[in-house]
Amino acid sequence: MSLNVGILAIQGDVQENILSTQTALKELGIEGTVNGVTTPEEISNLDGLIIPGGESTTIGQLSLVNSSLKKIKEKIENGMPVLGICAGMIMLSKTADDRVIGKTDQPLLEFLDIKIERNSFGRQKDSFEADISMDLIDIPKFNGVFIRAPSVTETGSDVEVLSKFNEKIIAVKKGNVIGTSFHPELTYDVSLHKYFVNLVKQVK
Amino acid sequence: MLPLSGERSDAKGIVCQKSDSGYTLRGTSTLKRGFAHMLKNGVVMDVTNVEQAQIAEEAGAVSVMVLDKLPSDVRKAGGVARTASIRIIEEIMNSVTIPVMAKCRIGHVYEARVLEETDVDMIDESEVLTPADEHHHIWKWDFTTPFVNGARSLSEALRRIEEGAAMIRTKGEPGTGNVAEAVTHIKKVNDELRAIKSIYDSGDNQDLVRMAREFKVSYDIVEETAKLGRLPVVNFAAGGIATPADAAYLMSLGCDGIFVGSGIFNADDAKERARSIVLATTFWNEPEKVKEAQKMIDERQSMLGLDVKTLELRMQDRGGSA
Repeated sequence: MSLNVGILAIQGDVQENILSTQTALKELGIEGTVNGVTTPEEISNLDGLIIPGGESTTIGQLSLVNSSLKKIKEKIENGMPVLGICAGMIMLSKTADDRVIGKTDQPLLEFLDIKIERNSFGRQKDSFEADISMDLIDIPKFNGVFIRAPSVTETGSDVEVLSKFNEKIIAVKKGNVIGTSFHPELTYDVSLHKYFVNLVKQVK
Repeated sequence: MLPLSGERSDAKGIVCQKSDSGYTLRGTSTLKRGFAHMLKNGVVMDVTNVEQAQIAEEAGAVSVMVLDKLPSDVRKAGGVARTASIRIIEEIMNSVTIPVMAKCRIGHVYEARVLEETDVDMIDESEVLTPADEHHHIWKWDFTTPFVNGARSLSEALRRIEEGAAMIRTKGEPGTGNVAEAVTHIKKVNDELRAIKSIYDSGDNQDLVRMAREFKVSYDIVEETAKLGRLPVVNFAAGGIATPADAAYLMSLGCDGIFVGSGIFNADDAKERARSIVLATTFWNEPEKVKEAQKMIDERQSMLGLDVKTLELRMQDRGGSA
């Protein structure tokens, strides 16, 4: 049984997520392939999907163009595990407002019942690295890389909070779907990718 | 994975602060280079006002670059080209959610300081503006804000990275609507990368030392680059891009993304052109989609191009020898 993991390759940090996932598979001794995916056909064959960091307005609009957004939604509703990183978490959310601009009218998957504040920690000069923890999924220490990062300001009753930093929610989980404000692919620690790969394996 | 370390222990731009949940670090190489990662496979568009910035965002641009005049108008106007009005930069920062970049003159440390204080997301130390220092570029490690620099060759790119650039754009000839120079320089960088990669693979360290001397950079960065077989930071194409096909062609040469200067807002169909260039950049590998994108624009509305041979001002040469 070989896992088929895809990284949504519309725009953003695709290659780094491919490598982190490959490393995770190797360290866990799980067989699997990892590829960048863009089309609905490629997405329909996946066992798990990572929506990487990038610009959420760009990724949203362009995945709408070739109807991959619709396909992802369908797959999530059928239980496919998804890891949404930064822009990816924004994509998974129900509502996203910008800290300065306010309401934005961008295409979203509307799966996670969360409200997002985009650019929550400020502009690029305020981007930061810090130690964080995700005890609920047995990752007690992780180097969080936050780049113009969003945070979660409200969560629905079925959404678990995995981590907070300075009172802001920075990682959430609902069933097989995980969202993070920070970029695990920009560190050499693949423990979150390993957790995700294990989740994909369990579901398959 | 592109290396995210490359840190200098004397980098003054790194800020360590204590917060309620523990220490935070800002301005690290990981954060600066990581910011550029988030732009990959995207289009950065030159804009001069809020209206253009909003068109760019709606078209799917990953970022906007604020200028006082578009490069082609800089070329026409002559005189000294400086950084854009802070008031306009702030207006744009308050009206779009995507990152906002701005240009400073080559070597002009205080234009850069002003832009950092303004809180722009990235500073472009750019040859489109009139250089302020013929001999030095800015020592970018002193800044918390990341920088992008232009380069025409591998040696120029590596010198800029050693000065702290978190991103490179291979130079074309700005404001011409002519993609020829951009193509030439990307191919040159690619050829040089192949050459040092093959030296690295052959295990001839002496020859790598010779390359480092020729490039006027450290051995370490030459070795790191040779091992990777690509630039150690994100590399976009820039200069003279006017159509979706231009953008797709440059992506096919191995660029991580595209900067479009005058090509969009000097055309008569800016909205469609912005959208079509984004589509062609995203789906460059699917010629059918590039054709659809190209169909969205009308060649009669493209900006009138300039033959590079006839130019009196070659912006690409600025800062190249330093």
